[in-house]
Amino acid sequence: MGSAHSVPAEMRELADRTGFTSEQIEHLHRRFKQLSQDQLTIRKENFDSIPDLEFNPIRGKIVHAFFDKRNLRQESDGLAEEINFEDFLTIMSYFRPIEMNMDEEQLDRFRKEKLKFLFHMYDSDHDGKITLQEYRNVVEELLSGNPHLEKESARSIADGAMMEAASICVGQMGPDQVYEGITFEDFLKMWQGIDIETKMHVRFLNVDTIAHCY
Amino acid sequence: LCHPARGDAWVALLLGLMALPAALGQRSSESHKNSNESFAIVSFKWDHVKEPYIIALWILVASLAKIVFHLSHKVTRVVPESALLIVLGLFLGGIVWAADHLASFSLTPTVFFFYLLPPIVLDAGYFMPNRLFFGNLGSILLYAVIGTVWNAATTGLSLYGVYLTGIMGELHSGLLDFLLFGSLIAAVDPVAVLAVFEEVHVNEVLFIIVFGESLLNDAVTVVLYNVFDSFVAIGETNVTGIECLKGIVSFFVVSLGGTLVGIIFAFLLSLVSRFTKHVRIIEPGFVFIISYLSYLTAEMLSLSAILAITFCGICCQKYVKANISEQSSTTVRYTMKMLASGAETIIFMFLGISAVDPDIWTWNTAFILLTLVFISVYRVIGVVIQTWILNRYRTVQLEIIDQVVMSYGGLRGAVAFALVALLDGNKVKDRKLFVSTTIIVVFFTVIFQGLTIKPLVQWLKVKKTEHREPKLNEKLHGRAFDHILSAIEDISGQIGHHYLRDKWSNFDRKYLRKILMRRSAQKSRDQILNVFHELNLKDAISYVAEGERRGSLAFIRSPSTDNMVNVDFSTPLPSAVESSVSYLLREKAGPVCLDMQALEQRRKSIRDTEDTLAHHTLQQYLYKPRQEHKHLYSRHEIMHSEDDKQDKEIFHRTMRKRLESFKSTKLGINHSKKLNKIHKRDRGQKRVKILSQGPRCSHLLYKLMDLEFSESEENNDYETLHLGKGVDFLANVTKQNFTDAPAGIDNPVFSADDDQSIYMKFSPWLSSEDTVVPSQRARVQIPYSPDNFKRLTPIRLSNKSTDSFLLADGPEDRPRSFLPESTHM
Repeated sequence: MGSAHSVPAEMRELADRTGFTSEQIEHLHRRFKQLSQDQLTIRKENFDSIPDLEFNPIRGKIVHAFFDKRNLRQESDGLAEEINFEDFLTIMSYFRPIEMNMDEEQLDRFRKEKLKFLFHMYDSDHDGKITLQEYRNVVEELLSGNPHLEKESARSIADGAMMEAASICVGQMGPDQVYEGITFEDFLKMWQGIDIETKMHVRFLNVDTIAHCY
Repeated sequence: LCHPARGDAWVALLLGLMALPAALGQRSSESHKNSNESFAIVSFKWDHVKEPYIIALWILVASLAKIVFHLSHKVTRVVPESALLIVLGLFLGGIVWAADHLASFSLTPTVFFFYLLPPIVLDAGYFMPNRLFFGNLGSILLYAVIGTVWNAATTGLSLYGVYLTGIMGELHSGLLDFLLFGSLIAAVDPVAVLAVFEEVHVNEVLFIIVFGESLLNDAVTVVLYNVFDSFVAIGETNVTGIECLKGIVSFFVVSLGGTLVGIIFAFLLSLVSRFTKHVRIIEPGFVFIISYLSYLTAEMLSLSAILAITFCGICCQKYVKANISEQSSTTVRYTMKMLASGAETIIFMFLGISAVDPDIWTWNTAFILLTLVFISVYRVIGVVIQTWILNRYRTVQLEIIDQVVMSYGGLRGAVAFALVALLDGNKVKDRKLFVSTTIIVVFFTVIFQGLTIKPLVQWLKVKKTEHREPKLNEKLHGRAFDHILSAIEDISGQIGHHYLRDKWSNFDRKYLRKILMRRSAQKSRDQILNVFHELNLKDAISYVAEGERRGSLAFIRSPSTDNMVNVDFSTPLPSAVESSVSYLLREKAGPVCLDMQALEQRRKSIRDTEDTLAHHTLQQYLYKPRQEHKHLYSRHEIMHSEDDKQDKEIFHRTMRKRLESFKSTKLGINHSKKLNKIHKRDRGQKRVKILSQGPRCSHLLYKLMDLEFSESEENNDYETLHLGKGVDFLANVTKQNFTDAPAGIDNPVFSADDDQSIYMKFSPWLSSEDTVVPSQRARVQIPYSPDNFKRLTPIRLSNKSTDSFLLADGPEDRPRSFLPESTHM
């Protein structure tokens, strides 16, 4: 695709900020227009048109994350009604793979950003804590793909996981102490030693693959 | 071998072994003479048993050798076992040869390919970490296909080129012979790689790439070998372009065909294992027989047999493991490991023995040395070039250190030897030279590279695998990742790795599982559940072990530890040792603390056996009573139903413990006389089990157990329903037994509804919720209640013992801990 003649300064700026190449941005832009039906913004309903997403057990959470202002690097909190292409790119940039030339500090920031995204997905009431109820909701949704599993077991699993989190993060818990929820610091602690950067990434191709199909 | 005295002992022993057959042979011939004349009461028929006898003896020798190697940790830490075995083989071969100047034992291709190789490859496939394997499939395939062709071509061509210069002297081989040799020496050997890399513990990505390559390059090797073999047969001049084309086509047919055969048999095997519910005893047999058939079928169709059995193992593992019972699964695991490890031992030993045969040796210094040089150099070049290409596409880059290990890990082994032994001496004039060179190459790579790879890995600081216990959170987040990533791929409109995996798992869930898994297994087979189950099992083990140690499980509710456990749950979380409950408890004064030392020790001992899975331990644990109740082992009983038997035993045992502890805690000092009496009676009748306490009891108990253990595959609700009854009944049991017990026993707290409030009280971090249903893990921290199992039923997996344990735990635990609460009635 002749990208050379159509690279406006705006595009270059986007590329700088999100770390995507201009080809990737072009490709994502095409996809964006497809989803938004040539509008400038995407609303939640637009995501319904993606057939593959239908079977995703946590699709609600994922779509939600696209409109979560915390993820859009805006100071404000709450939910956006609609997002423009820039926001779309911002969300996508959470899933960039690590690059070879990153130094330690960048890597650390990169890792934290990724984890923050995940954390925000769990923390649905925006209070900076994953409470037991929130955790249960996530686990229930996660396991909802299996029709044979009952909610009860999902709950016990969430409870067990919460116990585990408590034992990792708080350690010595007094008899009367209440573990209210997983804070982001605790969340980081739990992820210690697991290289999330190799896990949480999508390879963004430079060429169109299935964009034409729909 | 390293120790002179030990070596001498070995010589003596082995000479004895060697001499035995000879002596036996003589005597048997004498006895034959005698038997012609009259009926001999005892006849000595050595010839009759000779073949299997010798085989069994060799296996015994090899196994004994393994024991001896492992007597000294220093040796096995430095020298890989495979190298030791080869040296032992050389040594034994030397003795045999010295004894009768006849090399009668050698590794024949038939034995190797039909009996020794399949178990090893099946083991590799069946325990293949699938996710890792398929995640790196692209890289593995590149190395396996392109890498092997590259190695074969360059080695063969270079050797031929050097041969033309005349350094090697006069040989009777043409270009094709050299290429044939190149093709058989090119392939990295799965047996050797496994043997060495298993001891090195490099990181999993590196391991899977080297190991996967060694498995999958079989197809390439077989095709190249066959192609050049037939080319050599028809002569150099007759090779046309069409023949070459045929060769390329045959590669795809052989590899894809082999894979397909494997998948078909895996499907069959999974399907069969779905219906083995009533033939538990032969259940594990199916796994071996059907996979072996896949190997033979592929061999019959001249497809890649290794690929067939590998993929049979890879594809069936998920369904088979879900379908067969826990016991069978353990049996399969152990049998497979035993066969594979045994086969590996024999292979390496016989590689050594085979080398002691002057008839096969022809020395050609230039050829042998150059082969060694070429295979090493081209391996390095190949790896570097391919990695350079791959790294442009991989997210997890293969670094230079990895490349060094990959190049260095290119071990050749028994496959090459078996292939070269298959060569026809009439067609390939230099067969002897090829054989001797192959032996040298194999010995060099296995012994020298095997010896040095460990220091190399340490010196280069290659990332090693850290053994980590599964964590629930990690699994949950991992699952969330899968979904998020596939969703992002969907949204951004790309077909990527996650997209494909997501589609596959959807397909698997919708169709494959329904066909291939039992309905009960479909229910419970979820990875997260498995981890949860495993962690629970671990807790249960610590719990049971602690109870056993103390002789009662009353400690769970000792008043000083209302909301804590004194079972150490840090076992599954070694990283959290400092924060473990035991530390917490140690700081608290109280009777429990006295036991913490013991707990710590036990925890350590558990961690020592880290590779033993939780349910192993549990199983072993649960097997103990069998020794006590040997009389249960009638053939008929086992035939009837082994599982139930086992479970019943466990149940009885636990029940007895329960009642005993109940007595001791419940009746207290006032009734100590009676207690003693009962205890005595109990001790006297240990073999007759708990049920001696009353015929009615035992009858009811049996009934209950039937309820509990009747397969609830089709009707889970039924079970839940009756569990409740069982609990009520258990209450009756206790009542009957202790009619003279204080009034507390009739405590109406037995109604399960009160539990909620009690949980609330005892769970610190749950307190804000009003519909708390603590997990089993959580519940251990809280007093038990009969209501537990109702909730547990959904996550009840194949191991019923845990549940029976809980079931037994409920009623006798409750009255005590809830006595103070009872006033509200």
